Amino acid sequence: MDKQVLLTIKGLKIEGRSGDAWHPIVKGVDLTLNKGEVLGLIGESGAGKSTIGLAAMGFARDGCRISGGTIDFDGIDLRAAPEATRRGLRGKRIAYVAQSAAASFNPAHKLIDQYSEGPVIHGVMPREKAEADAIELYRRMQLPNPEEIGFRYPHQVSGGQLQRAMTAMAMACRPDLIIFDEPTTALDVTTQIEVLHAIRDIVEQFGTAAIYITHDLAVVAQMADRIKILLRGDEIEESDTRSMLAAPKEDYTKSLWAVRSFVRAEQPPATGTPVVSVRNVTAGYGAIDILKDISFDIHARRTVAVVGESGSGKSTAARVITGLLPPRQGQVLFNGKPLPPSFKSRSREELRQCQMIYQMADTALNPKLRLRELIGRPAEMYLGLKGKALETRINDLLTLIELEPAKYIDRLPGELSGGQKQRIGIARALAAEPKLIICDEVTSALDQIVQEGILKLLDRLQSELNLAYMFITHDLATVKSIADEVVVMQRGLVVERGPKSDLFAAPQQDYTNLLLSSVPEMDPDWLARLLAARGVRA
Amino acid sequence: MTVLLSLIIGLALFFAIGIASRAALRSAAPAHHKPMFRDMPLTASFGLAVILFYVVVAILAPAIAPFGEGEVLGAQYLPWESPYYLGTDKLGRDMLTRLIYGARNTVGIAFATTALAFVLGSLLGIWAALVGGKPDQFLSRFVDALMAIPALIFSLLLLTIFGTSVLTLILVIAAVDATRVYRLARSVAQGIVVMDYIEAARLRGEGMWHLIRREILPNAMAPLVAEFGLRFCFVFLSISALSFLGLGIKPPTADWGSMVRENATLITFGDITPLLPAGAIALLTVAVNFVVDWQLHRASGLKE
Amino acid sequence: MNAIWRMIVHRLLLGVLTLFIISVVIFGATELLPGDLARELLGQSATEETLAALREQLGLNDSAPVRYWNWLTGVLQGDFGVSMATQKPISELVGARLGNTLFLALYAAAMSVPLSLLLGILAALWRNTIFDRASNALALTAISFPEFFVAYILILYLAQSGLFPSLVRITAATTFGDMLYMCFLPSLTLTMVVTAHMMRMTRAAIINLLASPYIEMSRLKGMSPMRVVVRHAVPNALAPIINVVALNLAYLITGVVVVEVVFVYPGLGQLMIDAVTNRDIAVVQAIALIFASAYVLLNLIADVLSTITNPRLMHRR
Repeated sequence: MDKQVLLTIKGLKIEGRSGDAWHPIVKGVDLTLNKGEVLGLIGESGAGKSTIGLAAMGFARDGCRISGGTIDFDGIDLRAAPEATRRGLRGKRIAYVAQSAAASFNPAHKLIDQYSEGPVIHGVMPREKAEADAIELYRRMQLPNPEEIGFRYPHQVSGGQLQRAMTAMAMACRPDLIIFDEPTTALDVTTQIEVLHAIRDIVEQFGTAAIYITHDLAVVAQMADRIKILLRGDEIEESDTRSMLAAPKEDYTKSLWAVRSFVRAEQPPATGTPVVSVRNVTAGYGAIDILKDISFDIHARRTVAVVGESGSGKSTAARVITGLLPPRQGQVLFNGKPLPPSFKSRSREELRQCQMIYQMADTALNPKLRLRELIGRPAEMYLGLKGKALETRINDLLTLIELEPAKYIDRLPGELSGGQKQRIGIARALAAEPKLIICDEVTSALDQIVQEGILKLLDRLQSELNLAYMFITHDLATVKSIADEVVVMQRGLVVERGPKSDLFAAPQQDYTNLLLSSVPEMDPDWLARLLAARGVRA
Repeated sequence: MTVLLSLIIGLALFFAIGIASRAALRSAAPAHHKPMFRDMPLTASFGLAVILFYVVVAILAPAIAPFGEGEVLGAQYLPWESPYYLGTDKLGRDMLTRLIYGARNTVGIAFATTALAFVLGSLLGIWAALVGGKPDQFLSRFVDALMAIPALIFSLLLLTIFGTSVLTLILVIAAVDATRVYRLARSVAQGIVVMDYIEAARLRGEGMWHLIRREILPNAMAPLVAEFGLRFCFVFLSISALSFLGLGIKPPTADWGSMVRENATLITFGDITPLLPAGAIALLTVAVNFVVDWQLHRASGLKE
Repeated sequence: MNAIWRMIVHRLLLGVLTLFIISVVIFGATELLPGDLARELLGQSATEETLAALREQLGLNDSAPVRYWNWLTGVLQGDFGVSMATQKPISELVGARLGNTLFLALYAAAMSVPLSLLLGILAALWRNTIFDRASNALALTAISFPEFFVAYILILYLAQSGLFPSLVRITAATTFGDMLYMCFLPSLTLTMVVTAHMMRMTRAAIINLLASPYIEMSRLKGMSPMRVVVRHAVPNALAPIINVVALNLAYLITGVVVVEVVFVYPGLGQLMIDAVTNRDIAVVQAIALIFASAYVLLNLIADVLSTITNPRLMHRR
């Protein structure tokens, strides 16, 4: 390896402010990047990976400060250099691609104006030349109508296309280094493929070095030459991609690899009256139908996973069952009897039977109520528990979700971790002693190891309490581990439904196949193979 | 020269009061509130000290005032000499005494009015946000239309019709101001109503009163308290303006707005006595605004 | 473009509806009085004859909807009825004074809008510096001062020394230049009160946006702080800033009343206070309607302007 070193970071320390105290975010990380090389930064939330990425540009967000170490970019000491020097490098020699392109493009200006701003201000090329160049790059990023798309405003362009336009913008001054900060996290899996392909292509064409930040191991395996694993601001290990995947050294790394190992035991086909039966439901808002004639059943002790990309109508299906959105046509049967369409006309007993757990525990729990009231209220309302009996019940519920009652009962949600909050959401649902629990993306806001714990807990509770689960998710790994049956939705239609094993082994529909094959695998050659199979130039 | 001198004395007083009150608050505050006062700006500690001073004066008015509220003591417009330290007014009443009683009357009436406006406006606003749909649309459109009549103008219209007694004054200003509180309470509640925990509570079958009391109010408290401060300032200034225009609190009740009006002629002779009640109004409003600004800043800072 | 026109027409209709509701409120407020309006106005000592005459003059013998209809049709033709106190047509009383008040409000607006936008943008650009803190504290102080306090302080320091007149006398010989000179103190008073508001809200509107990812993006593209604020933040803050300006120009209307009284300025505010003192209801109603219409119009303009500056609305998908 006689490559030239581009970026050297030594002993980097970054602190963040809370109130008037500074606490460490990054605790002394080293990093070396050669010209033309792609380094993957992997870590869970709070690992400090974005902060390190920004520090590589000599930048710290408001409320953060770089407190130690050196950052050397091609011979320039970014910490010691004056702000004007740093500003001269940003966008010109070091560029940035943000997680949400939709939020990171200025809504007030056309894409091409935002593209040419960098080259013009940095004096790389005049405006006309920059615009011609933009169109060329848009073409290379395989954007539709490259001549015309730049003259649109951000809100007129789809998310996947914006992410590619942002990568093109980062390329505008032909930088030596690009920081990709979770560029595909906000995208659907089928869109993610296109963006990953385009990014890999362009980085290779121009020989640009890159730092690729993500929490998704399978994605980074496609993109990076080397991988560095971070945990709470510290480096765990670093090695080249193939050896990291083949033989992780540290326990933490191994645990990341093993995370998707939990698979629920296979269940015999369900019989008898389903707990919930959705019959030919058509529903929507205003004049638009979001659900078009959908039907599926959920049996006791079974988990039905409803899968689909954003906009497929899976959450709307849950709103129809809970009665938040009365259907236009069709009905929802509970134990064989039709439920009133709106929750307002349902009896307390009918409301009790169906409970919900939400994606964002932060917004699902009233931040001003203590756990005692959060969990106790349903038990008090539905089951008439009071005083001692209520106290005992709350303690039992906390024990059930593996939280120590004496320690937690008087806490506020803000005093809990993300995983603990989600457990409280589960306890609140259980307090009503329901037959059906609807889980709306309950694990997608959590780190992988925490997800594992929640899935195991839900599985155990299901067998102990005879529950039926409707599991809404876009994450097929979660489906693989917890579902018994799968309902695949696309644009308001049920595309396919059946037992999990059948569906994964032999999908009957093209869309199901596309969806399944688009989930990244932990194999560095997966993307190339997939693109070849789909007949795309790799 | 006098301008410069008074500016310097004012600034010195501001810093002295601010620093002293901050030190006092820091040592007196209970342990779990200490962090709140540690990085309190000088403006806020100054504001708190001033508010406290006004409250004490208002409560103890009869005890500390040298003369009776409406007592006519001597010639009009006497200079600033003992025993009339701030001189006498147009009718020969002691200026200092009337300033002290003004704290009780003007501030008390403004406070009662704000409280009334608040209960009315915030309950209706939260209710509208929670119910949504037609009732909300109807009420909000109506309130919007009422708000299109500038507050002072609307108050003047209502005072013309109902006459100008203290009770009608309180009711009229409270009604006009409740529309503004309604707007804020509704928009704060709308931000809360979309939260999943409200959906969960609704699906649980909770009634309206429980939703307002347990689920929304605790989460709306911070912005509502800050708004209370701002509204108080607004109401206080409105009442003072009306009194100044001769349409608010009437003599012989001591009130700062009408005291400015009665003695305004002195200004043209270069006498600053009429500015004292005006300054008393300004000082309290500044103090409240400083404290509210600090609280708003804290609330927004905690979110980041 | 079609969508924009539809939106503007929609706003216009909404404005007309609002005005209609306002007119009902302004007229209908008299109906809220529990007793007899004529007796309330004339007091207990009034004789039956005078009461009957007043009822006749106010048209109290007709039903409320009929009276409202007569009033509204009159107003739409510029006829606000007759003042009880002076027995003159209200439109005559209002005419010249409306011009004076508008002059004062525009004068204050011309001084305060550019000043406050500039100060607001600078405070946002130099946030958390001494400049920002000092201007914030000063602005808070100015907001807290009653208008008459500001006015008297200005009189004390600027009129006492003879620099500017403390009273405004308008005659037929008064030129535009004289007007600018005579009205300087009243409009300076208004400017001081309104500028503080606008400056603070402009600053807040811009700072609100500075946390957005696209602002961070522009900084990461190596743009200077000035360019970040002027090119990336301000265009997106236009809608809130326009609304702030409209709100404060509307606030001028309220401020004008007190300021006119202090400076004995022959405007609508002065007229309104006299009418309220005399309980000359028809005049008060007329002026309230004029002020409210100005407010609605300002908001309408602000609405349309902020629609036009929003690319999401201008350039549909």
